Amino acid sequence: MVTLKYSNVYLNDWFSIASPDEEKGNIKNVNLYMKDYYYGEKTAEEAEIKMQKTVLNHLLQKYSFPLVIGGDLSNQLATMNTTLKCFDKSFLGIYNACSTFIEGMIIASQYIDAKSIDTACVLTSSHILASERQFRFPNEYGSLKSCYTTVTITAAVGGVLSNQASKYKVVSSTIGNVVDYGVKDVNNIGAIMAPAAAKVFYEHMKNSGKTLDDYDFVLTGDLGRLGLELFLHLLKTEYGIHEEEKFMDAGASIYKENQKKLQGGSGPSVIPFVLFNKVLTSKKVKKVLVIGTGALHNPTLVNQKKSIPAIAHAIEIEVLK
Amino acid sequence: MTYNEVVKSITPKEKRLENAIRAFVSGGIIGSISELLVSAVSPEFMLIVWIAIAAFLTGFGRFDDVVDFLKMGAIIPITGFAHSVAASSLEYKEEGLITGIGANYLKLAGSVILYGVLTAAIFAGIRGVLWLL
Repeated sequence: MVTLKYSNVYLNDWFSIASPDEEKGNIKNVNLYMKDYYYGEKTAEEAEIKMQKTVLNHLLQKYSFPLVIGGDLSNQLATMNTTLKCFDKSFLGIYNACSTFIEGMIIASQYIDAKSIDTACVLTSSHILASERQFRFPNEYGSLKSCYTTVTITAAVGGVLSNQASKYKVVSSTIGNVVDYGVKDVNNIGAIMAPAAAKVFYEHMKNSGKTLDDYDFVLTGDLGRLGLELFLHLLKTEYGIHEEEKFMDAGASIYKENQKKLQGGSGPSVIPFVLFNKVLTSKKVKKVLVIGTGALHNPTLVNQKKSIPAIAHAIEIEVLK
Repeated sequence: MTYNEVVKSITPKEKRLENAIRAFVSGGIIGSISELLVSAVSPEFMLIVWIAIAAFLTGFGRFDDVVDFLKMGAIIPITGFAHSVAASSLEYKEEGLITGIGANYLKLAGSVILYGVLTAAIFAGIRGVLWLL
């Protein structure tokens, strides 16, 4: 795997917007909550577009950036493409399922570190109603959910990276590869993504010459409670890493137990949502490794009984004094 | 152990027995009420009552909660069929009458119709053969 080191890349600011579901959960400090899923629009897709626009507009009030890198879960990145037509910005649309945000941060960091550009914005979002329809069933349909599945979160998050020094320094990253351990159950997203996460974690340690002791905290993407368990199991059996305390899963930490969200939240906005609004704002954390995980799930191939591949990317962030 | 075996051993199991009992009781109750309606009024009246109830509950966004509680007991009877077409129509109404509602109306219920008709044809054939003998 490719590990990249950066000398002059900083995370300057972020903005996030979420729905009442997340408001009732564990993550505080969110910039804005919507009153409902629709945000004053007619469809879930329009609501997601408006969420993305809100995030971009707020970030543009403080920063000027020529480039936006982003993606969401919609087919052909429809929602993000629609958002970006209203902004006079260069746009790179990317897709790595739920690890899209980390992929975006890696691309942005590379441009900034190479001095090609000074500032870039990374943007992502997910909407429960839009993805339920696209990947599963109509929203009002009472399909019985497996107790081991995860639920898409409704949020849009944007972050600004630049070469201007700030508290949060992007140190290095590892670009993961596509991993497939033959899991065919689309409900068990955690089991699909755990091998990719474990592999990128191990490779990042190896390539950067660090150990788990060098980090205060390792944040995985949206593995969910079950996925985190499998991730730790794989670290033990395949890579000989036995510590368990420093790992936290972003998806599993979003909702409270009584919210009926099964194994936790999923979606590309999960990892930046928890990273920005909980991990980086906490005073205890100094060095954090973030592993974004994505199940590269396609309904057509799933119906053809193919196993589901997954990908994970890692990015290391240091909180300076 | 291979990875898939580990996944299987860690993944929590569905409460199949509890779900089956719930479905048996709720489906049974729906069936008994239908039986009463049929003998009191007519089979058509019974169908209309259930279809109307299911479609209304779907429209108000409550049927998925009902299914959550009653499990398949609410999906197997005609209520499930009405619910699936109502849910699909609501979901795709923004995409137009033809390409939206028309094309997706039977998205979920299509297989019920296809295999329902197919099964009926097979059993009618068997019955015909038995009658000839």
